[in-house]
Amino acid sequence: MTTPVMGHAPTRASWGSRVWSWVTTTDHKRIGVLYFVTAFSFFLIGGLEALLIRLQLSHSGNTLVSAQTYNELFTMHGTTMVFLAVMPLSAAFFNYVVPLQIGARDVAFPRLNAFSYWVFVLGGLFLNASFLVGAAPNAGWFGYANLTSSQYSPGLHIDFWVIGLQVLGIASIAAGINFIVTIVNLRAPGMRLMRMPVFTWMTLVTQFIIVTAFPVITVALVFLMFDRFFGANFYSVAAGGDVLLWQHLFWLFGHPEVYILILPAMGMISEVIPTFSRKPLFGYAVVVYSGMLIGVLGWGVWAHHMFAVGLGPIAESVFSATTMLIAIPTGVKIFNWIATMWGGRIRFTTSMLFAVGFIAMFIVGGLSGVMHSSPPADLQQTDTYFVVAHFHYVLFGGAMMGIFAGIYYWWPKVTGRLLSEGIGKTHFWLTFVGANLAFFPMHFIGLLGMPRRIYTYDPALGLDTLNLVSTIGAFIMGTGMLVFVFNAIWSRKRGVPAGDNPWGAATLEWAVSSPPPVYNFSVIPEVRSRIPIWVENGMTPVPAVPPEPVHVPPGSYWPLVAATGIIIAAVGAILKTLLVVLGGGAVLVVAIYAWALEPFEI
Amino acid sequence: MALLLAAVAVAVAACSGGFPQSTLRPTADFSREIDTLYRTIFWWALGVFVLVESALLFVILRYRERPDSGEPKHVHGSTLLEVAWTLAPAVVLVFIAVPTIRMIFRTEGTAPEGALAVEVVGHQWWWEFKYPELGITTANEMHVVQGRPVGLTMTSKDVIHSFWVPKLGGKRDVMPGRTTRIAFTPDSVGVVYGQCAEFCGDSHANMRFRVVVDSPEDFPRWVAAQQAPPAPVDSTAARVQAGAQVFMTKGCIACHTIAGRSAGVIGPNLTHLASRTTIAAGILPNDAEGLARWLRNPPGEKPGSLMPKIPFTDDELAALVTYLQTLH
Amino acid sequence: MTAVAQHTSTGLDNRKLGFWMFIGSECLLFGSLISTYLVYHGRSVSGPTPDEILNIPLTSVSTFVLLMSSLAMVLALAAVTRGDRLWTRVWLLATAGLGLTFLGMQAYEFTTFVHEGLTIKTNLFGSTFFVLTGTHGAHVAVGVLWLLTQFVRSLQGKLGPEKAINVEITGLYWHFVDVVWIVIFTVVYLLR
Repeated sequence: MTTPVMGHAPTRASWGSRVWSWVTTTDHKRIGVLYFVTAFSFFLIGGLEALLIRLQLSHSGNTLVSAQTYNELFTMHGTTMVFLAVMPLSAAFFNYVVPLQIGARDVAFPRLNAFSYWVFVLGGLFLNASFLVGAAPNAGWFGYANLTSSQYSPGLHIDFWVIGLQVLGIASIAAGINFIVTIVNLRAPGMRLMRMPVFTWMTLVTQFIIVTAFPVITVALVFLMFDRFFGANFYSVAAGGDVLLWQHLFWLFGHPEVYILILPAMGMISEVIPTFSRKPLFGYAVVVYSGMLIGVLGWGVWAHHMFAVGLGPIAESVFSATTMLIAIPTGVKIFNWIATMWGGRIRFTTSMLFAVGFIAMFIVGGLSGVMHSSPPADLQQTDTYFVVAHFHYVLFGGAMMGIFAGIYYWWPKVTGRLLSEGIGKTHFWLTFVGANLAFFPMHFIGLLGMPRRIYTYDPALGLDTLNLVSTIGAFIMGTGMLVFVFNAIWSRKRGVPAGDNPWGAATLEWAVSSPPPVYNFSVIPEVRSRIPIWVENGMTPVPAVPPEPVHVPPGSYWPLVAATGIIIAAVGAILKTLLVVLGGGAVLVVAIYAWALEPFEI
Repeated sequence: MALLLAAVAVAVAACSGGFPQSTLRPTADFSREIDTLYRTIFWWALGVFVLVESALLFVILRYRERPDSGEPKHVHGSTLLEVAWTLAPAVVLVFIAVPTIRMIFRTEGTAPEGALAVEVVGHQWWWEFKYPELGITTANEMHVVQGRPVGLTMTSKDVIHSFWVPKLGGKRDVMPGRTTRIAFTPDSVGVVYGQCAEFCGDSHANMRFRVVVDSPEDFPRWVAAQQAPPAPVDSTAARVQAGAQVFMTKGCIACHTIAGRSAGVIGPNLTHLASRTTIAAGILPNDAEGLARWLRNPPGEKPGSLMPKIPFTDDELAALVTYLQTLH
Repeated sequence: MTAVAQHTSTGLDNRKLGFWMFIGSECLLFGSLISTYLVYHGRSVSGPTPDEILNIPLTSVSTFVLLMSSLAMVLALAAVTRGDRLWTRVWLLATAGLGLTFLGMQAYEFTTFVHEGLTIKTNLFGSTFFVLTGTHGAHVAVGVLWLLTQFVRSLQGKLGPEKAINVEITGLYWHFVDVVWIVIFTVVYLLR
C-alpha cells in the first residue's frame, strides 16, 4: 500500500512488490502494524494454551492432557503472554504512536527498529517450533534451577527456552535503546519533557527498565546455557553452587519486567481517560513522577518473589517494606485517573469502557498484591492460585484491558476507520465478565489450598465447583476475543471513516490525517502546550501538503538478514552443531557490515 | 450486580467447612498467627476496595455525558489532594507493616527447646520424614503431638520443593544444598493435608502428604510401633510368604528399605508401610486396591516416576499386596 | 553509519546517545557476571583455587597492554579530528594490535589453566572465571574487528574529520571494555 509522497498519486503495485515493501520497511508505522498483528496472533495462541489448561482443570482427576503436556502448556502460556504478547503489543504502540506524539518523522534508528521486529518474530517462531518437535519448554516461565539442569530436564525443552529467550532479549534491548534516543532527542521544538504525553513518558521509563533489566536475565540464561551445554557449575549443588543464584538473578529481572508489562498500559489509559472525559489529566506531573518512581523502586523489591525461601527475618522485613512502598505511587495514579473523570463529561466509547475496566480490575490486583507484601501472609498465598489470581488481575485486568483501550483508541488513526462501537461493547462486556468469572474464584481456590502449576488435583479438596466456574469464565473471555477479531475484520470494509481526530483528542498524533502520511508531519509543528490541540495557540498548524519535498528513508533488507543470522545461530545451538552456529554468525556479521555501509539517510 | 452475588456465593461456600487444605481454618499456632494477620490486612484491603471502587462508580455515573452537559472545566491538579492521597495509603500501610514485621520475627522457624525434631527430605515426588532423636524413618505421613512444638529441618535430595500444610502454617521451600526450617505447635488432634508447592517436574501435582496430629497419649504408641522391627513374615500364610519372596526378588530391594531385610534408599522406607493412610505420596488410598493400582503401573499413576513398571503376574501382585499389608 | 548530523533536542548526536544507553546495559551485564564471581568466591568444593593458579605478573602485563591501547585510542581520535590521515591509521592499527596482544596473552592464560587442570567444568571458580573473562575477551575481540574496520575505511580514504564521531563511538566502546577489565583485574586477580 503506497501513500502519497511529494504529491504523486498512488499506483496499485504488484502483490510481490507490496510484500517486499513490508519485508524491507523501516517506517515506524508499518513496523508498529507488524508488531501488532504478530503479537496478537501469539496472544491468541497463548489464549488457546490457557483454555486447554482451564479445560484440564475444570474437574479433579481430569485426563484431557497428560502431565507432561500440561507442564508444557502452562510454561508456554506464561512465556508467550509475557514475551510474545504483552511486551510486543506494547511495542506496537511504542512504534506507531510515540514518534507521532513527539512530533517526529520516525524513530532515531529505523533499521534497528525493523531489526528488533524481525528478531522478535523469528524468536517467537523458534520458541513455538519446540512444539513441532515435541520439546516445548516445560519448567515454568520462570524456570527455576536446578530443575532446569540437564540432569532433571533432559532433552531439548529447556534448550529451546534458554536460547529463545536470549534471542528475544536482543530484540528488546535494541528497541529500548532506539526509543530512549528517539524520545530524548527527536522531540519537536517546544516539546519539553514535561509537555510530552503521558504515554510517551511511560514508554520512556519502560525502555530504561528494559535496557537495565534484560542484561540480568541474559546473564542468568547464559549461566544456565553453559551449565547445560558445557558442564559448567553455576547452578550445580554438587560443586558448591547455589540454586538461589538463579532466583535472585531471575527476579532482579523479573520484577522490573512486570513494570515493563504494566507501565505502557497505564500510559495508554492516561491518554484515553482525559480524551473521553474532555478534561486534561489531573496531576500530570505527579502521574509522570509516579511512573518514574515505580521504575526505580521496582529494582528494590525482587525478593518478595522469594518469601518462602528462608531469606531471614531482616531481608524479609526490608523487602516487605519496599514492596508496600511501591503501592503508594501506584495508588496515586489511580486517584489521579479518577480525579480526571471527576467533573468531566464522560463518553463511554469502547476504549473508555476498557480504561475504566482497567482501573476497576487493577484495584483488585493491586490490593491482592498488598496482601502478598506481608511475608507471613504470603507464606499461605505464594505458589497457590491466590497469586495466580493476583497477577492475572494486574496483567489481564490491567495490562491487557489497557492495551484494548489503546487498540480501540488508536485504531482509527492507524487504519482510517473506526472499530464498531456495538461489536466493541459486546467484546468489552464478554471480556470483563469473563475475566472476573475466571480469575476472582482463584483467590478462593488458592486460600482453600490449591497450589499452582499442577495438572490435576485431589477431589477431596472440594475445589471442583470453583475450578469449573473459572473455566467457564475463561471460555467467555475467549468468546470475547473472537468478537474482537470479528470487529477488526468488520472495520476494514464497514468501519466509519475516522478523519483526523474522531475523538476530539488533544495530542499531536491527532493533528495529522488518519492514517498519517508516510512522513507523519508535512511540517514539524512547534508545540506550546501539553494539550496542543485543545489549547488556543497550542501548536503551529500542520499543512495538508508539504511545502517542500520531504525525504523518506528507503527500506532495507539487512535488518531481516541480520535477524536471520541470529536465528540460524540459534538453530545451530539447538542442533548442537558448531558449523551452523558459525554460519549464522557469519550471516550476522555480513549483514552488520552491509547495514553499516549502505547509504541510508533518515 | 450479578457479579457481586456470585462473589458472595463463592465467599459463603469458601468459608464453610469441607476444605481439608484450607488456609482459613488454622489448627496450629503458626497458621493462627498468619490467619489473624491476614484478616487484618483483608479488612483494610476491603475498606480501600469499597472506597476506591465506589469513587470510580460515582464518577462514571455522575459525570457521564448528557445532552445538557456543558464543557468541563480544565482542572490540572491539586497539591493538597496529592499530598492527602499519598499520605493516606502510607498510613494504612503502616498498620499493615508493623504487625507484619513483628510476625516475621516471631515465626522465622526456630523451634523452642524440647520441640519434636523432624527432618524433612524432599524427593521427586515423595516426602521422607526422619525423627533423628527417635530413630524413625518414614515417608509421606508425619506424626506430631497435639500441644507440643515441632521443629522441621528441611532439605531436598534433588530439585526445589516446598513443604506446605495450610492448616498448620505457611510454606517453606525445600532446597538441595540448603537447609530451611519451620516451627509450629498443632492444637487439634486429627489428620491434615499437605502438598508440595514448588513446581518440581512431571509429577509435582502428585507430591502430597499427610500430617497426623496425635494426642499426647497416642503418640508414644505410634513411636513404639515405628521403632519396632517389621512384622515377622508369617510362615503359616502362604500368600504373605510368596509376597515376601516377590519383594526380595523382583527388584524392590534396590530402592526400598524394610528394616533388617533390605537397605535401598532411593524410594520411601516401607518398614511400616501399612501404618499409613495413603501411599505414593498421598495420591492413592492405602488399601488392597490402591496398592494394586500403584504396583501395576507406577509411571501411569505418577508420570515420570522413577519406580519402573515391573511385570508382575496377577498372583505375584496379589501376594505382594498381601505382604505389604502386613507391615504395620 | 549515516553521515548527516541532524538537529536533536539535546544537541547530542543520536548515535552517541544510543551508544551510551548500550554501555548502560553492558554495565548491568558485566555487573551481574562480576557479582556472581564475588558471590561464589571461595566456595569451590574442589579443584585449583585462584591463589594456586592465577599468574599475577603475566596478567599485570596484559592489563598494562590494554591500558596502553586506550591511550592509542585517544590518540587515534585526536588524529581523526584534526584530519591527520597517517597518524589516524597508525594509532588505529596500534590500538587493534595492542588489543590483539591482550587477547593473545589471555589465550595463553586460558590454555595454561586448562593444562593445569582448570576448565569451565572443574569447579565454581573455573565456571565463573572463564565465563566472566571469556565474555570480556569476546567484547575485546569485537572491538578489535571494529577497529580494523575503521582502519580499512581510513585506508580507503573514507575516514575524514567529518567521520570523527564514528571513531569517537569506537573509542567509547574501547574505553568501556578497558574499564571493565580494570574492575575484573582488581576483583579476580588482586582481591583474592
